[in-house]
Amino acid sequence: MSYHRLEIKDLTVSYRRVPAVHHVNLELRCGSCVGLLGPNGAGKTSLFKALVGLVPLETGSMNFHGASQSLVKSAIAYLPQRTTVDWDFPITVRRMVEMGRYQVLGWWRSFRQEDRQAVDRALEAMELAEFGERQISALSGGQQQRAFLARALAQEAHVFLLDEPFSGLDKPAQDLLSGAIRRLASAGNLLVVSHHDLRTVRDLFDQVIFLNGELVAFGDTNLVFTAENIRKTFQTHIFSGSAHEPDLVL
Amino acid sequence: MSLTWFFEPFRHEFMQRALFGCALIGFTNGALSAFIVIRRLALMADAMAHSLLPGVAVALILFGLVPGTLFIGALVAALLVAFGTQIISNSSRIKEDTALGLLFACSFSLGLVLISFSRVSVNVTDYLFGNILGLGDADLWVIYFISLIVLPLLVALERPLLLTVFESSVAASQGVPVNTLKYLLMGTLVLSMISSLQAVGVILALGMLIAPAATIYLLSDSFTSMFWLGGTLGCVGSCTGLLISFWLNLPSGPCIVLVLGVIFLLAYLFSPKYGVATRLLRPRHLHEASLARWKLNEREQTPANDNEPQR
Repeated sequence: MSYHRLEIKDLTVSYRRVPAVHHVNLELRCGSCVGLLGPNGAGKTSLFKALVGLVPLETGSMNFHGASQSLVKSAIAYLPQRTTVDWDFPITVRRMVEMGRYQVLGWWRSFRQEDRQAVDRALEAMELAEFGERQISALSGGQQQRAFLARALAQEAHVFLLDEPFSGLDKPAQDLLSGAIRRLASAGNLLVVSHHDLRTVRDLFDQVIFLNGELVAFGDTNLVFTAENIRKTFQTHIFSGSAHEPDLVL
Repeated sequence: MSLTWFFEPFRHEFMQRALFGCALIGFTNGALSAFIVIRRLALMADAMAHSLLPGVAVALILFGLVPGTLFIGALVAALLVAFGTQIISNSSRIKEDTALGLLFACSFSLGLVLISFSRVSVNVTDYLFGNILGLGDADLWVIYFISLIVLPLLVALERPLLLTVFESSVAASQGVPVNTLKYLLMGTLVLSMISSLQAVGVILALGMLIAPAATIYLLSDSFTSMFWLGGTLGCVGSCTGLLISFWLNLPSGPCIVLVLGVIFLLAYLFSPKYGVATRLLRPRHLHEASLARWKLNEREQTPANDNEPQR
């Protein structure tokens, strides 16, 4: 039986001809919560940006249950790191979530009853209903991250790419957020989450991707999240040549 | 008491023209200022204003002192600087502010060099501070058409523009043509600047392009109201400034900007939510809500004895 999935084939992304992500092949099932692990500069953000079309693909293709990238813009939501947003922006939480509906409505069509309901549902799903009228800086870090998720939900996305959502969150906020992410996954969505705190990986993710320029390992967390793969991903230097490992050159 | 003085300005044709121009420029610039404030383009707008000079100079040399050509010259110069800035910053590691600063300094200098070749003596004060009381038909048409282009454009593109200024990488991931919209915003900025050139001059145009939305930004958490109320404030404030300058016999351009500045100051101090003085005047130690809850608790705990006997 075929299941909904995001297939990535032979994907390469380069900046000024220097590859950031190299020939990556992945097949991600909807309904799972996938951790994307790798050191700084491993190409985690580049991979996300390539998936939503922010940077051109040098090689390869992607495919979301049968549709190519250009057709699935609204199905894939990219949630940038919290630090990239101007939180003083004059907008309330509700208005920000409404922006997710622009994707469905286009530039001119006005809000219908069903759009308002979609926004209500998204806010409720992320337990933000009571904060709708707050200005966005009046939310805590975890709430801000959930507001992003609510916006993606309102967009009716099926694939959520979250860039370091857990960074800077304390334990209770982290638990709330991971609960929200779990619920989204069990509702049949695919969540890919870049993450750097290795201690929490087992609690958070069904599957993990180890990335360091190229794909090091991918699979179920209990099988792939091993000391060996962690060492390979975080201690070898795939693109920096042999300078760090002179012994091996001999 | 005679109110003749009050109606006096409305009887002169030059004042009617000036008020008409002020209302239009004030509204357009005020609405646009929402984007300038949010995208932090204030300094860029300033630099842009100065870079209009070489265009004016070239037009002066080629065609003499003809209003229409001066506007076209200014337009070309500003567009060159605006797009040059975007091109340099998009294609190299030089950032936008650096590119703009560089181009603007060069462009202003070039303007000064070129003006020395002009046979017409130029009143640089008019260029810097405008002359709204001398608005001719051509000026009014320019102002009118520019408003007619800029305002509907901003209204029609409200959603994609909002997505872009809020978080451009997310907007781009949703297929919004982010770069095109940024160029477009630059273009409208240049156009508005030019429509203000004759009225208040380049320096004061800046005030009209920043003060209205900066004021509303302190009063509201809605971008849409920044846009519309900014426009309204720009319109009303400019006309008020103009009238005050007439009644008190003061220079008009500076009066307009000072009125806008005073309104900003009031919002800065007394905005209900973000005012500096408001914050100081607030009850010192407790949020109203928690104070109320605390009082309620206290009442619930004590009353058993107090209330019973009263019944």
